[in-house]
Amino acid sequence: MTEKQKIMVVRIFIAAALLVALEFVPVEGWMLGALYVVPYLVIGYDILRKAALGVSHGEFFDESFLMAIATLGAMVLGEYREGAAVMLFYQIGELFQSYAVGKSRGNISALMDIRPDYANIEGENGQLERVDPDDVEIGTIIVVQPGERIPIDGKIVDGTTTLDTKALTGESLPREARTGDEALSGCINLSGVIRIETTKEADESTAAKILELVENSSMKKSRSENFITRFARVYTPFVCAFAVVLAIAVPLVRMGLMGLSPDWAVWVERAFILLVISCPCALVISVPLSFFAGIGSASANGVLVKGSSYLELLANAETVVFDKTGTLTKGVFDVSAVHPDVIEANELLHLTAHVERYSTHPIANSLRAAYPNEADDCKVENIEEIAGQGIRAMVNGDTVCVGNEKLMEAIGADWHPCDHTGTIIHVAINGQYVGHVVISDVVKATSKRAISLLHEAGVKKTVMLTGDAKPVADAVAAELGLDMVCSELLPADKVEKVEELLSQKKDNDGMLAFVGDGINDAPVLARADIGVAMGAMGSDAAIEAADVVLMYDDPQQISLAMRIARKTMSIVKQNIVLALGVKAACLILGALGYATMWMAIFADVGVMVLAVLNALRALSVDKGGVVLMEAPQPKPVAVAA
Amino acid sequence: MKKKYKIEVDCAACGLKMEEAAEKIEGVEKASVGFMAQKMTVEFVEGADPAVVMPKVREACKKVEPDCEVFI
Repeated sequence: MTEKQKIMVVRIFIAAALLVALEFVPVEGWMLGALYVVPYLVIGYDILRKAALGVSHGEFFDESFLMAIATLGAMVLGEYREGAAVMLFYQIGELFQSYAVGKSRGNISALMDIRPDYANIEGENGQLERVDPDDVEIGTIIVVQPGERIPIDGKIVDGTTTLDTKALTGESLPREARTGDEALSGCINLSGVIRIETTKEADESTAAKILELVENSSMKKSRSENFITRFARVYTPFVCAFAVVLAIAVPLVRMGLMGLSPDWAVWVERAFILLVISCPCALVISVPLSFFAGIGSASANGVLVKGSSYLELLANAETVVFDKTGTLTKGVFDVSAVHPDVIEANELLHLTAHVERYSTHPIANSLRAAYPNEADDCKVENIEEIAGQGIRAMVNGDTVCVGNEKLMEAIGADWHPCDHTGTIIHVAINGQYVGHVVISDVVKATSKRAISLLHEAGVKKTVMLTGDAKPVADAVAAELGLDMVCSELLPADKVEKVEELLSQKKDNDGMLAFVGDGINDAPVLARADIGVAMGAMGSDAAIEAADVVLMYDDPQQISLAMRIARKTMSIVKQNIVLALGVKAACLILGALGYATMWMAIFADVGVMVLAVLNALRALSVDKGGVVLMEAPQPKPVAVAA
Repeated sequence: MKKKYKIEVDCAACGLKMEEAAEKIEGVEKASVGFMAQKMTVEFVEGADPAVVMPKVREACKKVEPDCEVFI
């Protein structure tokens, strides 16, 4: 609790004790009233002051003003106990609200507490000096000790360690890091002391970017929030006008036109009750609090949502479009089959690995990965790259050609096609065809489940966009259970496809989400109703363009994000209905004279407490059986889209 | 130019009032209060000096919401 809240608790106790004591004081009339003024002022002096200040600045219709008028009115009418009690309950409600908000804010910032507030710089004699990360210039050497978080992005220049990257990638296995490796801020240094040469300023570092994204999320307001704002703006003056009508116009009409007694006291009291009921705080607080809790719970699950408006859109997603590489597949190419014609399978891999020894092409990387002991004593020379075809080299005196069918045609080798889908790498020795290796992008273990979870969640159409050849694309789509697949697309075609899908939507309610890995699909991310970038930590362009960032490399996070979005939206709706419903009912009862001051307190404070409690439910989300991948694959270095 | 300021504000409705008050100040293009984050983002008009504009913003906010605070 903050200092302010503690003082309030003391004031509440004193006022409550005084109110109870006054029940037993044997005085009547104005004397009693004078006694009640004491607890009333103890609990309400700040509200009265605020109301007076508001009026002097021409700000009439705020909460303080309503409460001050209503309670002062009650006191004047001789309802001393009610007047003081309303103020007491109002303050209890306010205290609860500020406590609940502070608490959930604390919870969420603790989740996102990934940016250390200091960096260590080595002094002349080797002693460490703590400085503000904001003051560290690019190129400075900082020291990170075991157990500390890396404050600024940079490159390790000295030391070997393991890094816990869970906050950034969700990967639970620590990652080895040594001199020359990149070190992102937000990672925890687990074992050794490392020295990092910073490559970015603190503000531009990964951890700061993530925090900024989450903090700014409350700035992009959703339709529901804007509705509440506009509503509160008309509502309060309307209720005040209504109260004036009840207090003045009704008695006048009774007296002048109907010849009845004006009953001033009755109608003025009803007007005050109306004012107490009308406080819009339950609505005004609970809707943004629900969104805040929803966004917080999403962050805790590695889903960064850039604004409550996107949570709203995500809840209505009906079409989910995936870019294949890097989202549904790992985006790394693995050898999936070895088909030798005349030599041993192992020998085939051995030869290809040798020929690809110096190539940096992603396919070469995977060929080398398939034969780990490439650095043996074989003699590899005269390596020659033939653009668009493959590589030729001398291995132990034999000419080995590794490449596509064009290369085989060019050297006159008698090659044959393969029935596997993927990229086929043919091999010939001295012009004689010896077999081929099949390389394909590997589908993520959780992709199939992710698609079926989306269908279960009510997504009507799942689409995959890819630059792959049709047979490959169709095979993957069938395996995963996608509804539609668009293959052989150039990067520019993807925007067009998404636009086509957007125009096909029959109604405007169902939203289209595009999920990409952030590599060269920023335009598509921006064009879709909701752009989702996946495992995009470290790719600034993707974080910039996307509306939702999935920090882990697991496609199941999309349905998890939708679950959170839907739960949040349903809580928001419940709160709007609850607050408006109870208020409307109490307003009508109040105008007709059936509501008491106590009912009015419930309509104000009670509903607010209920709405806040309901909003806090958005903090926890039932994952619906979604088990996120334990150890996602590290980000691929180069990806052919 | 956009800048973020830490603020202290007790209720969401008050945040709205602060937004409105801040936007009336000369040199402020747009102001947005994140009640939950307790931050105010101010977008300044081209060429406006935050050091001149912000004290006025703070004053205007204090006027509509005596309990609030803007840390400049």
